[in-house]
Amino acid sequence: MIAELGHIALIAAFCVAILQFALPLWGAARGHGALMALASRAALLQFILIAASFIALTTSFLLSDFSVLLVANHSALSKPLLYKISGVWGNHEGSILLWVLILALYGALAATFGKALPAPLKARALAIQGGLGATFIGFTLFTSNPFERLFPAAMDGTGLNPVLQDPGLAIHPPLLYMGYVGFSLAFSFAIAALIEGKVDAIWARWLRPWVLLAWSFLTAGITIGSFWAYYELGWGGWWMWDPVENVSFIPWLLGTALLHSIMVLGTRHAMSSWTVLLAISTFSLCLIGTFIVRSGILVSVHSFAVDPTRGVVILIILAVVTGAALTLYAIRSSTLTGSVTIATVSRGGALILNNILLIVAAFIVLLGTFYPLFIDMFTGEKITVAEPFFNRLYTPVMLLLIVFMSFGPLLKWRADSLSRIKGKLIAGAIVAVLSGLALYAFGRSAGAVLGYSLAALLAYGTFTAFLSKTPAGPNRLRRLTRLPAATYGFLLAHLGMAVVTAGITAMSTGSAENIARLKPGQAISTAGYEFTLTDLGVGEGENYQFMRAVISVTHKGRTLPDLLPERRYYDQPPMFTTEAGFRLRLKDTVFVAIGEGDPQKGYIVRAYYQPFVSLIWIGALIMALAGFISIGDKRMQINKDLTS
Amino acid sequence: MNWKALIPLAVFAGFCIALAIGLTRDPAALPSQLIDEPFPEFELTSLFDEQQTVDRSVLLGQVSVVNVFGSWCTSCIYEHPGLMEMRKLDGFQLVGINWRDTREAGQNWLADNGNPYHVVAFDPASILAVEIGVVGAPETYIVDKSGRIRYKYSGALSPDVVVKEILPLIQKLQAES
Repeated sequence: MIAELGHIALIAAFCVAILQFALPLWGAARGHGALMALASRAALLQFILIAASFIALTTSFLLSDFSVLLVANHSALSKPLLYKISGVWGNHEGSILLWVLILALYGALAATFGKALPAPLKARALAIQGGLGATFIGFTLFTSNPFERLFPAAMDGTGLNPVLQDPGLAIHPPLLYMGYVGFSLAFSFAIAALIEGKVDAIWARWLRPWVLLAWSFLTAGITIGSFWAYYELGWGGWWMWDPVENVSFIPWLLGTALLHSIMVLGTRHAMSSWTVLLAISTFSLCLIGTFIVRSGILVSVHSFAVDPTRGVVILIILAVVTGAALTLYAIRSSTLTGSVTIATVSRGGALILNNILLIVAAFIVLLGTFYPLFIDMFTGEKITVAEPFFNRLYTPVMLLLIVFMSFGPLLKWRADSLSRIKGKLIAGAIVAVLSGLALYAFGRSAGAVLGYSLAALLAYGTFTAFLSKTPAGPNRLRRLTRLPAATYGFLLAHLGMAVVTAGITAMSTGSAENIARLKPGQAISTAGYEFTLTDLGVGEGENYQFMRAVISVTHKGRTLPDLLPERRYYDQPPMFTTEAGFRLRLKDTVFVAIGEGDPQKGYIVRAYYQPFVSLIWIGALIMALAGFISIGDKRMQINKDLTS
Repeated sequence: MNWKALIPLAVFAGFCIALAIGLTRDPAALPSQLIDEPFPEFELTSLFDEQQTVDRSVLLGQVSVVNVFGSWCTSCIYEHPGLMEMRKLDGFQLVGINWRDTREAGQNWLADNGNPYHVVAFDPASILAVEIGVVGAPETYIVDKSGRIRYKYSGALSPDVVVKEILPLIQKLQAES
């Protein structure tokens, strides 16, 4: 019964979304106020209906209703409560329902907070949002119905893939989807702007907080995903350039470009058609990110919900949504004229450069991800693109970007000259060279010297730009605290990037590992740490059995807390997983994993040392936080004098 | 209309065509960096006998189909009848690698579904699986008489793949000296 109610609510939401698409568009074209006003109500109603549908599915999981096929396939009686809930989106059907729920949520938020917007713009944007909603609710209903029944009902479910039984699954997909889907508003407003043939400061200032919100969620989502993959071990390091990781990273790069170009549009009224194109591209790549990995076109270690038969439908949807948007862009973009030209040496000029570099970076990742597909197409040869490709092509672009990030913000919005900031440039170069020399003296490799120097340069440039917002003088500290939120957002985001750079450098140039077969009492060592296998035991967890080793750790004669790596055996579905014994500190990570073996021959023990890897996530979370802080900036609220 | 504004649409159209062609391809016939490389050295025990070791030497002298499976792996059941059919043919051997499993579960699974393998190696700790870069089970490799990997397939083997790709390749490799 509950499942049927959820199904009916979803069908009703589909109908509402179709009306939300058609009527306001027609109303806006005719100047019909009542039809335009319908958009907001439809957006709210659509959200309520999908929320009801989502609650119905969650209830089915909580009650372990195994007459629902999805619940029978992805849950089990023995599962802890948290994983019964996260099991809702730990599968294709449920995750698509979460996706459309968030899509409707953003539509409802735009309807609620967009009261100051001009009525036709708001009506058209919400109509496009409704059109997206109808498309994806339709996709859910016709190809991936989560409410399908199973008859006769199963006695118990088959369980959730053990790798996904982790708090990471509870938060990673929702955060990621809040990011991906958040860019739908940028898309809808871009299409509305193309229909109206007008992009202005109101448009840019109203949209920027939403882009920031989506970007911050996406940043946080990717970070949590990276951390999850890292401590789950089975999935490799913190980043392995896997197709699924890449397709979440490409929208991030484009979203970052959009974030900066929309700032130029809001401040300097320039880059209008470019910004619209970026808004369309970013969301299109979010669609690719969500769906291509499910189509079976790409192969990935993370894709847990692949069904090639859906591939055709997915491709048609992608072609229609993005194809229509880009066709509209081709016809109408010439009406979006930017009146102001941007001087090469100015903050705007630096931001254009930033955009170009970010897009080149996104293109490299895209190429690396789809290259095997293209090669297969033209030559029939199967290849894989691995880390070296990305390291060789992507890294130089990013290093160049960091150089420009260091001094771009020092420039003024209007035409500026490099000689004005010459002193700061030289000081920055000195900071970079000195830190490089110091590291070199300590015997670090060339790569480490380059990475750390650039991180230092970026931190220096960012601080200098921040301080230059207030000229030296009395009460400087108080004047600094009164700077707008977006300025703090800038400071934190760019410092976060410096921290990430330092973390990646440390991780990729300073790691060490060792592997051996150990009998109880024996030890291995790596990077000055000594790991002794002191004890072994077995036990039972909530829905698994485990073998646990006690590994004592000493570092330079000092005894550190024991590490307790486990091998777990799950019954439902039967599978082994490895849980490493971890010690994650700010300054380094040491971890050990235990493999198979027996008391006579010994057990396989792997020990790893990775310095400062935590900085990567801390830096990335600082960036996400910076985005959230910037949203609070008062200058981004559109006020009366702008609208009139 | 500005012709430059058509560029994004043209690029996207090209991308879509590529994806459409990609849909008709089978990404599961995965490339492996190990193709044409010697099958790595390994030393595992037999699934049925803890005392008996299975190492690389079993792959020498005849064509081998190496199949990675586990009792926990649901899609392994789909390809299993195909493997049982292949067992009836002569001139090559089927080598199973029981991956991330327990001895008991692996043995029971083969007892229930039939055992198509001439040899089954037991790899609960992914020692060999990591060496050959297993992405997921099932996964199938064809190894020639000299012990070199010649082909890799990720995912369940369909009858189509067995008839059109695997058997012809085996025949070709049998002809090699």
